[in-house]
Amino acid sequence: MSKMEKMIGAKALMVAMEKEGVKEVFGLPGGANLPMYDEFARCNIRHILTRHEQSAAHMADGFGRVSRKPGVCFATSGPGATNILTGIATAQADSSPMVAVTGQVPVAMIGRDAFQESDIIGMANPVVKYAFQPRIAAEIPEVVRKGFFIAETGRPGPVLIDIPKDVQQNESEMIFPDEFKIRGYHPWADPDVVNVERAIDMITHSEKPIILAGGGTIISSAFAELQAISETLMLPVVTTFKGKGAFPENHPLSLGPIGMHGHAEANKMMSEADCVLAIGTRFSDRSVGTFEAFEKGLKIIHMDVDPAEIGKNQTAQIAVVGDVRASLRIMVKLLLQKSIKKSEDSPWIKHVRETKAYWKENLKLHPGDLGAAKILRKLRELLPKESIVTTEVGQHQMWASLFYDVIQPGTFFSSTGLGTMGWGFPASIGAKVAKPDVPVVDIAGDGSFSMTENSLATAVLEDIPVIVFILNNSTLGMVAQWQRTFYDRRMIGVDQGHCPDYVKLAESYGAQGIRAQSMDDLDKAIKTALSSDIATVIDIPIDPEEDVLPFVAPGTSLSDMILPS
Amino acid sequence: MWAILSLLVENKPGILFKVTHLFRSRNFNIDSISVGITDNPEYSKMTITTIGDEKQIEQIVKQLDKMIDTIKVEHLDKHKTVYRELSLFKIKLRNANDSMEINKMANAYGGKVHDVKKDSIMVELTATPDQIAAFEELAKPFGIIDVARTGVAALQRSGE
Repeated sequence: MSKMEKMIGAKALMVAMEKEGVKEVFGLPGGANLPMYDEFARCNIRHILTRHEQSAAHMADGFGRVSRKPGVCFATSGPGATNILTGIATAQADSSPMVAVTGQVPVAMIGRDAFQESDIIGMANPVVKYAFQPRIAAEIPEVVRKGFFIAETGRPGPVLIDIPKDVQQNESEMIFPDEFKIRGYHPWADPDVVNVERAIDMITHSEKPIILAGGGTIISSAFAELQAISETLMLPVVTTFKGKGAFPENHPLSLGPIGMHGHAEANKMMSEADCVLAIGTRFSDRSVGTFEAFEKGLKIIHMDVDPAEIGKNQTAQIAVVGDVRASLRIMVKLLLQKSIKKSEDSPWIKHVRETKAYWKENLKLHPGDLGAAKILRKLRELLPKESIVTTEVGQHQMWASLFYDVIQPGTFFSSTGLGTMGWGFPASIGAKVAKPDVPVVDIAGDGSFSMTENSLATAVLEDIPVIVFILNNSTLGMVAQWQRTFYDRRMIGVDQGHCPDYVKLAESYGAQGIRAQSMDDLDKAIKTALSSDIATVIDIPIDPEEDVLPFVAPGTSLSDMILPS
Repeated sequence: MWAILSLLVENKPGILFKVTHLFRSRNFNIDSISVGITDNPEYSKMTITTIGDEKQIEQIVKQLDKMIDTIKVEHLDKHKTVYRELSLFKIKLRNANDSMEINKMANAYGGKVHDVKKDSIMVELTATPDQIAAFEELAKPFGIIDVARTGVAALQRSGE
């Protein structure tokens, strides 16, 4: 135990956060969190002002995914708190570590429908990993310690700390504990070695084994282990969309993401495989199509840190519960001990290579000069491999999945679970704060960017030079694609009408705006953006009729892809 | 499958809300729920009965176990468990004979009679939910005015 110190609750919050290593907070002040804001004057934590609380939460989320430490966002009570809910739900859906701190009306006013009162604890309950509401100031140091611990351990997630204003203001003797106990929280299990051995046996006795790497592989940084196992056992690797880039996408054994808009070769090989080593994935419906068709004739080995994921969506023949990196390390060790190594001559691997080569040659792409594939391959060509990419949600996101190859593992982030439009731009700002020395690009569509474009103010005023790369079809493109495909081309509510002019919009915020109307323009624009030290918006007008293909329609299986005709 | 779940949880405000919210958000049903403090005032015990197939029950147990405020979650084996529910029935008395009839029924089920009035009688019955349902069937012809049930409390037998 540390020694006691007398201070107010708000000060204790900041001291406790400094002890957790917090250097930046994203947020917006208001009446109920003013005591916390006042403490920024007396601490070493940088405050980054946002124009909307939702963006503050997405920035904290982006920061958390890149740094693997909880990102922190502040919001006031009432509407401030409800505005961050979408950001919290996004972080929960994608297992991202975050600590959200909200102001609340004074304890005596709770339950009286006070001005700017909202029951944020009740509202946030289903979308947080845990929520605290300290009722006396002396609780704050331990609440912060526990909150950060819960947010970043096991399967990471968002933690909410809701602090009534009087609790922020009251003075108390504070103890900053080194040790604490959370009786009902067991974030780690030791992986069962016997089950890892059984898994190796099952893989080596299968004819068509494959690896499915999910987002958990990235969260636990199991990149080297994954690659070692793939190469030792000659296992082709597909990923979920969230697992995109868990394995270098220029690797000969890489097939890319499976799913609704997965790579054709990935969906084909996943459908043909007879045994899958599924790592850190919850078998989302967007990845696997219908659950019944996916598991038919497939032996599943499931590794996950969260025991509740085992058997939730798919039935595993072998389950290994524990941090997936720890589980894969055991596997690597066992393979070495037993000198198991496969040659590359199996008919399966030959077939995988041929299928990959076939689709590389034969997937029909948009014929125009500014087709999505050409644009995103150009971006890949010009971006250094350590660059971080975030995306918004929609067609551009799926094109990024198809055509932007992640070379360095763990450099691609998207709102994959909740599918939150407007996530990518603020998240890119958070990512850039976490890694200021690498280029950070938000691959965007015009629809998504419109939702949080006011974060340009944050990027400019706080000097966080990210690049927004808009594939602009002046349309809510994915909805339009579904209307073309499933609703007989009745286009309702999707026309964005060339509004606003994104170059002028960027300039009005003091950012740089560039329009690219040809591949030459684009080449120059990307190079200009990379060499600039201010935030840059690149606006690329594209064909509003271009579809994302292949497409596995909802409720069908991965083998039923709609392909470009 | 009808399942009895026994949860040892932190005795803090809001836990009942979180547990019931989990059932709602995961699309599970609560058949009955009872909550009480344990011999250790830091913990409460919740007994929840629910209906689902084996996979669903396993998933409910795992999701409850994942909750940070739950200390221990058990799916109790009915055959190795003592489980009882308290019920109160207010039943109509149509004539002079009804009172005796209902008294006999209550005795047969190990129940107690309270609050005998001219035109109504109250029966307290502590039994398994099946037995309570059987008693209810027998009481229906008399006319049931009101029923209150506590939900199941359950403890596993020692040594099993």
